[in-house]
Amino acid sequence: MIAHSVFFYIFSLIAIVSAVMVTVSKNTVHSVFFLILDFISISCLFIMIGAEFLGMIMLIVYVGAVAVLFLFVVMMLNVAEQKGQWFSSRWDGGTHIPVGLLVSLIIFFELIIVIGGWKYKPDLLNSLSINISTEVTNTRSIGNVLYTDYILLFQISGIILLVAMIGAIVLTYRERAGVKRQSYVKQISRERDEGVDLVDVEKNKGVKIDA
Amino acid sequence: MLSIGLGHYLTLAAIIFTIGIVGIFLNRKNVIVILMSIELILLAVNINLVAFSIFINDLSGQIFTLFILTVAAAEAAIGLAIIVVYFRNSDTIRVEEIKNLKG
Repeated sequence: MIAHSVFFYIFSLIAIVSAVMVTVSKNTVHSVFFLILDFISISCLFIMIGAEFLGMIMLIVYVGAVAVLFLFVVMMLNVAEQKGQWFSSRWDGGTHIPVGLLVSLIIFFELIIVIGGWKYKPDLLNSLSINISTEVTNTRSIGNVLYTDYILLFQISGIILLVAMIGAIVLTYRERAGVKRQSYVKQISRERDEGVDLVDVEKNKGVKIDA
Repeated sequence: MLSIGLGHYLTLAAIIFTIGIVGIFLNRKNVIVILMSIELILLAVNINLVAFSIFINDLSGQIFTLFILTVAAAEAAIGLAIIVVYFRNSDTIRVEEIKNLKG
């Protein structure tokens, strides 16, 4: 129990500090690295609390795919080093900093008030839909409901991913001039007349090809 | 203090959520950092769902977290694609120079 709390505080401290660093670091590449650190510590928390499958999925999806995607884009666009100060602004003289901090502090205290004053509904434990069983592993119990009760949502999320993939390709695709590429229509619709040329060859004289 | 309950996880999620909000509010650098702040906010939501799911012993929260993860990945892909296209067209992604929408 003590070890659990100690590790909770360590991981959440790392998560909070790296989240702050994501927003304040000058170099965008550093921001991406701190984002990766944040995801890793949160997934450690998930594994610690007993949601192993989600922790591993977080590692694979966020650290393995999303963060690398961010890194690719940052390096491709060459915007890593930002000149100028932290959060400096040319058009409002920096007044957005106190106002933004004030608004976000209010949001934070509202959240904390909600957490502090919140109670369970008395019959909550009777109205649960899927109990977590202690006999089977987390991954297995998720699989048991994901492919049966939530199959429609599962397929819809697959469609969302497909749409996102096609959308990203369509958005970033551009036709480049001077690239030779295969044209199936041209290949298939070629007739014999344009492909074959019959010539009478004179004796002792060659034939000029590709004239 | 020593035994970790639901409140601890919810507070952690609230802190990370607020940091994400601050990142969106105060950012005057580039749009990529704003996308990363959105990822932080979604992460905070995921922490909430998983913590509730474990502490009230109901698996639905973890299932929903899985779907949120899907949507977050799709959102990141589309957002970054839009940023790439914008950068190609106008050579900048500084927040204060993006004003084609006159916002």
